Amino acid sequence: MSEAQGALHSLVAEFDDVDGVSAAARAVRDAGYKAFDVYSPFPIHGIERSMGLRATRLPWLVLACGLTGTVLALFFQWWTNGHDYAFKISGKPLFGVPANIPITFEFTVLLAAFGAFFGMFVLNRLPEHHNPLFENERFRRATDDGFFLAIEARDAQFHERATRELLQSLTKHTVVACHESGESRALPVWVRASMAGAGALALVPLAAIVAARYRDSTQAPFHLIKDMDSQTRYRAQAANPFFADGRAQRPDVAGTVEFDRFRTDPALLTGRAGEAFVDQIPLSVTAELMQRGRTRFAVYCTPCHGGAGYGDGLVAQRAATLQEQAFVPPASLHDPLVRARPAGQIFDTIRNGVRSMPAYGRQMSIEDSWAIVAFVRALQRSQNASVEDVPDAERGRLGTR
Amino acid sequence: MTASATTKVRLDEPYHRPLLIEGAEDLASVTNRVCGVVERPKPPRAWYIAITISGSMTLMLGAMVVYLISTGVGVWGNNAPAFWGWDIVNFVFWVGIAHAGTLISAILFLLRQKWRTSINRAAEAMTLFAVCCAGMYPAVHVGRIWVAYWLFPVPNQMQMWPNFRSPLLWDVFAVSTYATVSALFWFMGLVPDLATLRDRATTKLKRVLYGFFALGWRGSARHWQRFERAYLLLAALATPLVLSVHSVVSFDFAVSQVSGWHTTIFPPYFVAGAIFSGFAMVVTVMVPARELFGLKELVTLRHLENMNKVILATGSMVGLAYATEFFIAWYGGNPYERFTFVNRAFGPYAWAYWIMIFCNVVVPQFFWSKRIRTNLWLMVVVAILVNVGMWFERFVIIVTSLARTYLPSSWGYFKPTWVDVCTFAGTIGLFFTLFLLFCRFLPMVAIAEVKTVLPAAHAHKENGHE
Repeated sequence: MSEAQGALHSLVAEFDDVDGVSAAARAVRDAGYKAFDVYSPFPIHGIERSMGLRATRLPWLVLACGLTGTVLALFFQWWTNGHDYAFKISGKPLFGVPANIPITFEFTVLLAAFGAFFGMFVLNRLPEHHNPLFENERFRRATDDGFFLAIEARDAQFHERATRELLQSLTKHTVVACHESGESRALPVWVRASMAGAGALALVPLAAIVAARYRDSTQAPFHLIKDMDSQTRYRAQAANPFFADGRAQRPDVAGTVEFDRFRTDPALLTGRAGEAFVDQIPLSVTAELMQRGRTRFAVYCTPCHGGAGYGDGLVAQRAATLQEQAFVPPASLHDPLVRARPAGQIFDTIRNGVRSMPAYGRQMSIEDSWAIVAFVRALQRSQNASVEDVPDAERGRLGTR
Repeated sequence: MTASATTKVRLDEPYHRPLLIEGAEDLASVTNRVCGVVERPKPPRAWYIAITISGSMTLMLGAMVVYLISTGVGVWGNNAPAFWGWDIVNFVFWVGIAHAGTLISAILFLLRQKWRTSINRAAEAMTLFAVCCAGMYPAVHVGRIWVAYWLFPVPNQMQMWPNFRSPLLWDVFAVSTYATVSALFWFMGLVPDLATLRDRATTKLKRVLYGFFALGWRGSARHWQRFERAYLLLAALATPLVLSVHSVVSFDFAVSQVSGWHTTIFPPYFVAGAIFSGFAMVVTVMVPARELFGLKELVTLRHLENMNKVILATGSMVGLAYATEFFIAWYGGNPYERFTFVNRAFGPYAWAYWIMIFCNVVVPQFFWSKRIRTNLWLMVVVAILVNVGMWFERFVIIVTSLARTYLPSSWGYFKPTWVDVCTFAGTIGLFFTLFLLFCRFLPMVAIAEVKTVLPAAHAHKENGHE
């Protein structure tokens, strides 16, 4: 026993066997004591009845934890896979109970096990690393082969002399008094200080993350593991001695179809000025452009519209032969309505398609599309010309027949 | 108790049989015997030799893992068409071994098989260590291990969630739940025994360390009441859990469409195999451990014989499962399924298949003989062969099915690399290192539980119970 003794904590009686301590527990219970406990190296069968203990609430706690697990797991699986990030896998339903059973089961067991494990220790008020009973040398046998019964001083019926007499009548060992330790049960100052210090230090990384989250920076993000963020490749605008011109970024190969080059002329890009279509081809119409238009027209337009633009290409002819009801015949480019269309509208039709005509904007460049417009214009002129349109010098070669 | 009553009780209540705990053990001698292992100043020489070997192998495991992570999964033999190789084989192998501990702790507890008390602690520890070995494989086989947390539903910058309808995710939950619950179960049972070690400690360091983890346990009846209830509940929870874990592992295969995997027999077949291999490992480990640490009176021949009977029973179940698979492959009329099984038995992996059949089906049958199942050397030989056989079972299932699937043009032959071999050897080293450390520093036998099966634990007077 330590020198500095505090208040009386309990009176402790020692027993040699299960029978002795069980009988004593019954006697103490019958004497009306409540705040007493039996200590033994293993659970004694039936001691809770001898002591008059009620059944523990632990099973209800475990049930509640388990049900919480079931509900949480089901809800979470529905919310993640069926709602927040819904994606179809192998045609399975987004939320179907059979596929969610395994995880629901595992989570139910996990939370119920937490309930049993932590619930047991919390209800037992453990961990409690210090208890006045530990001051007693003999009491260490409680985890070996000793059996003890302690009546605590806080019991309403506790009376030092009478209680001692009761206990002494039950055991042949001497009943000993157990005192609260005179020392403070608080942890030493240095332990508390270092715990507080460690706690404060643990907050530093968190604070740094929070601070970084809400602050702008010109620095590149810091990557602990590079993954694919950092690769051995040249960036745009960088120099590369491998090529003769020293540029890492290579110019477009001839004939590249552009999608998103930075150009601003709306008439050139869309054939429109504001809402209205332009009637002028925004490129200078040269013999080369006309020639380019002729070949592009032959490639892309002839199959449906025909060589002369009457809407009698091979596709249209075959559809007519088969009497395809759903086929929308291609327009004749010489229809007065089509002829009246501004150049910008023809360009728009080529780029974006109309009715069953597909869009060609992804297959040919802006320039080629305008070249076709120029050729179509020439075609329209050629099929709707009068003698006056023929230059005087050439007119003789026409009308003589 | 009259003499005739005693004879009768002997048949019904195993704890009255003299064989359960041999010799004239009383409460104090049980404490002394178990704690003596931990408290002796130096472990036996064999312990040093064993831990030197297993420790070196563990270091090799560390080197292999570093090499794997720094270089990539290509250092393993996994490649088209067998994208699952030794990593998954070893994962399933170790998870299977991990089943014995919880089975002994939980199912035998619920069935009131009191003989479990002497072996449950060591078997539970083995479970934890086997789960460590098993859990390592899924973690490192993902390649980019630093994003392994994607396996768990953690909110991330991609705003994605894992697919809860996938068996691979069920596996993550099943194995991690199993590891957690086994650890809790094991630690909870350990607390009263740590208190015993604390109260016997001779040095301050030991008293503080054991005392810290004993959480202030003092054997209070109120505490024991909740403790026993919690133990019962954990056992009741762990029983379906242990059956679910290997079922879910088998879903990794059964839910796919690979022939040879896509069968409904897999869950029970895998569970039987897991118990089979787990008990074999317990026998393999316990026979030398009880010799080495003088626990022969606590872990008696009867315990070992009981475990051998379980091995015989589950081994026969596994044999029945093999036969059923073959029957269904023929009876089901699916040509791909039939091909797979004929290919297993007579194809390029026939050698592995027949090793499996010999070790798993033929060898355990020797345990019908009482002479063999009570002979220490022979039982260890059989147990080791069973473990070899169970490793080959996983190899046969995984590799033969993948190496020859539906598309003959992509058929191949799986070959492990030296890294595969060294990693597997390393996990064996890790397992034994952890087990040897456990033997040295923690009570190998559940002291408090063994005391409950001693005669001294029971009130003898007529008025002992109310």
